[in-house]
Amino acid sequence: MSSASRFTSILKLIEGPQTLGKGPKFWSGFTVVLLAACAYPAFADSYDVGNNVYFFNWLFMAMGLSLIWGYGGALSFGQTAFFGVAGYAYGVLTINLGDAYGLTLLSLVLAVGLSALFAAILGYFLFFGRISGVFLGIVTLSVTLVLERFMAQTAGPEWAIGKARLNGFNGMGAMPSLTIPWPGGNIVLYPDVTLYYVTLALLLVCYLGLRILVNSRFGNVIVAIRENPMRAEMLGYDVRKYQLATFVIGSALAGLSGVLYTSWGNYITPASMGMTAASLPIVWVAVGGRTDLTTTIIGTLAVLMVFQSLTIYGSQYALIVMGTLLVITVLIAPRGIVIALISPFMRRKSKLEGER
Amino acid sequence: MAILETRQLNKHFGGLHVTGNVDFALQPGEMHCLIGPNGAGKSTFFKLILGEHLPDSGAILYDGEEITRAKPFERIRKGISVKFQVPGIFKELSVQQNLTIALQHHVAPEILQEEIDRLLEFLKLSQDRKQLAGNLSHGQKQWLEIGMAVALKPRLLLLDEPTAGMTPDETFATGEMLQELNREGMTLLAVEHDMAFVRQIAHQVTVLHFGKIFAQGTIDEITADERVAAIYLGEVDA
Repeated sequence: MSSASRFTSILKLIEGPQTLGKGPKFWSGFTVVLLAACAYPAFADSYDVGNNVYFFNWLFMAMGLSLIWGYGGALSFGQTAFFGVAGYAYGVLTINLGDAYGLTLLSLVLAVGLSALFAAILGYFLFFGRISGVFLGIVTLSVTLVLERFMAQTAGPEWAIGKARLNGFNGMGAMPSLTIPWPGGNIVLYPDVTLYYVTLALLLVCYLGLRILVNSRFGNVIVAIRENPMRAEMLGYDVRKYQLATFVIGSALAGLSGVLYTSWGNYITPASMGMTAASLPIVWVAVGGRTDLTTTIIGTLAVLMVFQSLTIYGSQYALIVMGTLLVITVLIAPRGIVIALISPFMRRKSKLEGER
Repeated sequence: MAILETRQLNKHFGGLHVTGNVDFALQPGEMHCLIGPNGAGKSTFFKLILGEHLPDSGAILYDGEEITRAKPFERIRKGISVKFQVPGIFKELSVQQNLTIALQHHVAPEILQEEIDRLLEFLKLSQDRKQLAGNLSHGQKQWLEIGMAVALKPRLLLLDEPTAGMTPDETFATGEMLQELNREGMTLLAVEHDMAFVRQIAHQVTVLHFGKIFAQGTIDEITADERVAAIYLGEVDA
């Protein structure tokens, strides 16, 4: 196969059995939403635009959880652990290396790489130890809580890596924002319009890349493992390797969220790995519909926005609402509210046109 | 040389010996049925061959090569395939996708669809390719799983009660399917309760009782054996 036709066949995987959105209607809608997202900064105050990058920051972690849990069937409670590891790593690296010469970008890569390495080590013991189901949730939750406890007690001056003080419960701050080296002056990605576009572009790349991944042969195997791991193994697949690879990719996406969040707010605290933080991603992706990347994104954005407004007006009650929302989802629409809303339409459509 | 051989195979759970010193050999091209009363150790014997359980002692050889401690997926890659008793299909995925997953790692992408069509035809599931596997009838699910097992082009196919829950017509059709596979050179080993089905397909029958090989022979020899009738067939046929 020539490299051009290989490229086309890879591009074709952007649609497939593992993603709901397909056909001209979906892509028209997709383009409209994307154009609206691109146009938004023109109609809004740049301060608000910068603030709202906050919502985008979490979507990488949500897509990672959709991959691990929704597609792969392994409920990881540990997304925040990788978020925190990468966030702190970015802080330590950039405080020590500074923001010149694109070193913040190198730090981003290293921090995400570190969270992936951590996921690979943890995942090795989990999946090669054949830990699954609820135990996987328990172990991953424990790991994130241990990390939170550990970071919370690093207040003393002895807890410093180079110039970077870990600062215990108060969290680590004052790390430089991501900075793109540019002829005629570095572009510093403060929470502003430029950061908005960079994050949006990154989001688009990850979303489309993941669509290709889940519709590829690899994606076929991970959904097969979700459906019936024993059957998948008895078709000759080394299930453990696929599970580990999925876990590492999904966790690295959580790491990417961690870096973007830390760079956006120049701040990271142990609470980002705590019980509340660990449970929220579960709510986001469960409510939207974890078995599809698009519904995961819609659900996550919707829940985050509701949560944000509730936090402003109702403070701690917002968490109770989140809990209730999860319970309602599990009881009424276990596959996710967005999926439940669109499925009657999908069924009618598939009757009319015939499924692919 | 036997395609599958077990030597002095032992497995116990606590004090319970489920297979005791099983010496078993399966010749290439054979259709062999494993029968025996409930609790005779048939399923455990299958799980030992597949590597779901590891034996306490003894050896398993596939094509002369020892596979006693090999991982299940390694055994599959050597040419063994299995159809489980409870259909082990991917319920939330379409029939087409189920077969794709079974075929994709050894069939080139250009001929994948052709292979899927051929299998669907063989399984009488051409009309149901877009259906979610979970929506198929019980018999069709069993066929789909046979198809997935066969998709690997195994030399040895293990079938754990392939006709469980099927109507007599479906059972007969399944027998014909398996005979066709056998004519193409596949060796088959099936655990089965349905004696009509055993009569339809088996060249050789092995009776397991309390984890030991109790009798071996053709179906006529086995049914004529009064000792077997006493432990098993008698109860069933009476």
